[in-house]
Amino acid sequence: MASLLHLLIAIPIVGAIAILLGAPAKKTAIASAAVNLLLTLAALFSYDRLAGGYQFQSITPLIPEWRLSYYLGVDGLSLIMLLLTAIVALAAVWVAPKEDSLNQRSGLYYSSLLFIAAGATGAFASLDLFFFYAFHELALIPTFLMIGIWGSGDRVAAAWKITIYLAVGSIILLVGLLALLVNIPPDARTFDIVQLQSLAAQGLIPQTSWIYGTILIGFGILISLFPFHTWAPKAYASAPAPTAMLHAGVLKKFGLYGLLRVALPLLPGAAQEWTNLLLILLAGNILYVGLVTIAQRSLDLTLGYSSVMHMGYIFLGIASFNLLGLNGAALLMLAHGLSIAALFAVAGQVRERTGTLEYAKLGGLAKPLPFLGYTFGIAAFASIGLPGFGNFASEILVFFGAFQHAGTAVSRGIAFSNFQLATIIALWGVVISAVYMLRAYRAAFLGETRKEWATLADAKCCIKPALVLLLAALLVVGFRPQLFLDLITPTVKTFIAAQ
Amino acid sequence: MISPNPIFLDIAVLALGLILLLLEAFDDEKEKSFLGWTSIVVLGAIFILSFFSKPVSFAEGSQLAQFYRADTFALFYKRIALGATLLVLLMSVDFRSTLARLIPGVTPNAGTGEFFTLPVFTCLGLMWMASAIDFVMIFVSLELVTISFYILVSYMRRSSASLEAGVKYLILGALSTGFLVYGITWVFGVTGQTNLQRVTDMIHVLPAANHPALLFGMGLLLVGLGFKIAAAPFQLWVPDVYQGAPTPITAFLSVGSKAAGFIVLMRVMQPFLVSPEIASKLLAVLGSMAILTLIYGNLAAMPQENLKRLLAYSSIAHAGYLLVSLASWDRLTVPTTVSFYLAGYLLMTMLAFLVMIVVQRATGGDDIANFNGLARRSPILAFGMLVAMISLAGVPLTVGFLGKLLVFRDAIAQQHWALVIVGILTVGAGFYYYLKVVRAMFWNAASDTSAIEVSGVTKLTIAVLAFLIFAFGVYPTPVLAMLQ
Repeated sequence: MASLLHLLIAIPIVGAIAILLGAPAKKTAIASAAVNLLLTLAALFSYDRLAGGYQFQSITPLIPEWRLSYYLGVDGLSLIMLLLTAIVALAAVWVAPKEDSLNQRSGLYYSSLLFIAAGATGAFASLDLFFFYAFHELALIPTFLMIGIWGSGDRVAAAWKITIYLAVGSIILLVGLLALLVNIPPDARTFDIVQLQSLAAQGLIPQTSWIYGTILIGFGILISLFPFHTWAPKAYASAPAPTAMLHAGVLKKFGLYGLLRVALPLLPGAAQEWTNLLLILLAGNILYVGLVTIAQRSLDLTLGYSSVMHMGYIFLGIASFNLLGLNGAALLMLAHGLSIAALFAVAGQVRERTGTLEYAKLGGLAKPLPFLGYTFGIAAFASIGLPGFGNFASEILVFFGAFQHAGTAVSRGIAFSNFQLATIIALWGVVISAVYMLRAYRAAFLGETRKEWATLADAKCCIKPALVLLLAALLVVGFRPQLFLDLITPTVKTFIAAQ
Repeated sequence: MISPNPIFLDIAVLALGLILLLLEAFDDEKEKSFLGWTSIVVLGAIFILSFFSKPVSFAEGSQLAQFYRADTFALFYKRIALGATLLVLLMSVDFRSTLARLIPGVTPNAGTGEFFTLPVFTCLGLMWMASAIDFVMIFVSLELVTISFYILVSYMRRSSASLEAGVKYLILGALSTGFLVYGITWVFGVTGQTNLQRVTDMIHVLPAANHPALLFGMGLLLVGLGFKIAAAPFQLWVPDVYQGAPTPITAFLSVGSKAAGFIVLMRVMQPFLVSPEIASKLLAVLGSMAILTLIYGNLAAMPQENLKRLLAYSSIAHAGYLLVSLASWDRLTVPTTVSFYLAGYLLMTMLAFLVMIVVQRATGGDDIANFNGLARRSPILAFGMLVAMISLAGVPLTVGFLGKLLVFRDAIAQQHWALVIVGILTVGAGFYYYLKVVRAMFWNAASDTSAIEVSGVTKLTIAVLAFLIFAFGVYPTPVLAMLQ
């Protein structure tokens, strides 16, 4: 079973190389993504929940004197992220345009998608700091190429912005992680995340405040934490739909996963000094970016900003650092990934047909495109946080978790603690997201159908399963969150116990 | 298993160079590329042989031990010199048709023979530099390298750019040599020694009143060596010379000259580090040079439209990262960092130049615009260039990233925050200009869409270099083991 994770990473890479060497692009991509989903499900079911901990482990030592090895292994939390990656990757290659519409460069298109998926899979399956970091960067160049070649709108600026922003974010993160390692006594230094966690439990990792700050900023840039978020909306608006699905749905969760997997368990003491700042920044994500989202006049930018805004909830869950909050944050990573991927997929389909996503030019699309209309509606409701969908189940956990947090008093005369205040702001965020999502739905799909759109063809049978897959997964998370929380809780408990 | 004494490697290269010169002079009939292939094959054999060599220490007091050392580092840099020369010669074979156009001669081949012979002598100079532990030996080997470069840079006599580059390199090179010798004189004047070990011993015992004179000498040495490694503020010659020189020679300059400069710098630094007062000043100077070099190299590279110029600035930028590591001196880690970084730098820079030569021949220019649509014209060339660029930029899983990781680790361990912050910013800038090339190859459409022919040897070399870039990016243990 240990080779399962090796396969999960190798299959998309082998698929991508095969495509580059001339294998039929779309078929190979769908086949490798489908096999990966099946393997992920197999891992999910064969994971021994009673035993818990890291399973399917495999260690290949690479640089013994640095204690750096190719170390794979998953626990409940990483399994959830792998599931998200596999579902979204399959949906993304499924909704990707046909080969003949890609101007004979379908090989590059599909192999880039597979490389992004492989990078995310590798990052979530790695238990070695080096590979955890390196795999994430595997997505950088494919994203740059995809936005640059197949993007729409201001693609050149968007491609540069996302690439340089993320490169700088990653190097800041690298400096933070290196500083963390250098701070450990030389004979205990290791890249092994599991050993690092046990070092942290023994109190051998100095809790230096600025190191956590550097790591937080590094991850924050990757997650689009306010005010480092400006790369995200434009990049997602310009990116081809499958890239946006993978990036907003999966890759952005890498930073959050990193906070949960590396930053908080290793530096719990230092993290507390940053709580207040984090609360202010996440309020910026929810309130400021939320209001900016309302002001958008096109569907792609609305979705781009909304994906930035929703990061605020996840940060709130992580900041509260209790069982409810962390559970909610982890579950919301899954639910948000699925819902935003569905939304971007529909937006991509609409753009393919109309050539524009500006609200002023759209309207009444639900009539010629009923399937896409329903799908968008469902995904939008999920994203607002309607009960029955994964987003509701997880946001409610986050809110309870955060409100429960004792926190510290904001100032004399105010009855709320800082966490309660942040929770109240976040609750208003739900209203904000209802405003912009419903507005988007009305502007694009309801109302009078414009003449030029009346004859558009709805999603074909081959696109439908991909969207149904995403929405079905979302409903499963919504109705049976326990299924996933059972996996997440043991991991979360170890974090809390370590503190 | 045979294990040749490292000094025999030098002798073999010397013999090869002399034989090639004789062949060139007395055997007019032969196709000149024969010389190229002979030197490639023999150098390749010596390169392979060098992996069987083991470091030796000569008997204390023997004449050789006074000025020549064959330790692990010397051996490592000898391999770098041999590898670089080998790749340069491979490129020269591809470059010969361009070269022949720019040299006046009776026959199409006339005058191209020395182009394959001189790099062998440069290689010999580089190998001596790797072993030199005496100022006189350092000076002699440095001159062997520099003088053969003077000829090679201005080799294309019909190209005014090449001649201009030659003159600039000659004048500034001579000037920097002057500084170097003057620096050596001051150090000799204070210590009365030229052997680095004895200089070290003298600095130990000398009273502090001598420090100003030593510092002055060290400063002059830094000027001379700063020129060789292309560090700011002694970098102004680099873009013009790199652009004008024949492309394989540009590659040689940017790798060979830099590697040799750094090992000499590391060896020359050692004596001055024994005295804490001098050491702190020296490291502060190196730190400021690193900041200047990083900022200048990276910022000036951003607007470049010509790939050779861009790589020239990138070469300055990488000298900056190496200086960051040197300025964070730690006897245990820094030599490894610098050597590993240079080995990686060799692979990625050579790959970039190799692709550039083929593209230059096919499109007639070396502007970034000449790379437009390369991904469709020749996937293998575009792949090679992509690997080179992402490795130079420092994308993980490549050897370039690992090098940067080591540099940042050294700087963080010594808590040089200014260097770290400048480093973060310049890495971001680097992503911009390296990806400009990627953009041209993958985004932009070519005006001419015909396929570019690539010879089998070139394909193989691209594949090997790309493989090594990735392999050492995740499994650097073989390289690190050589440095133990």
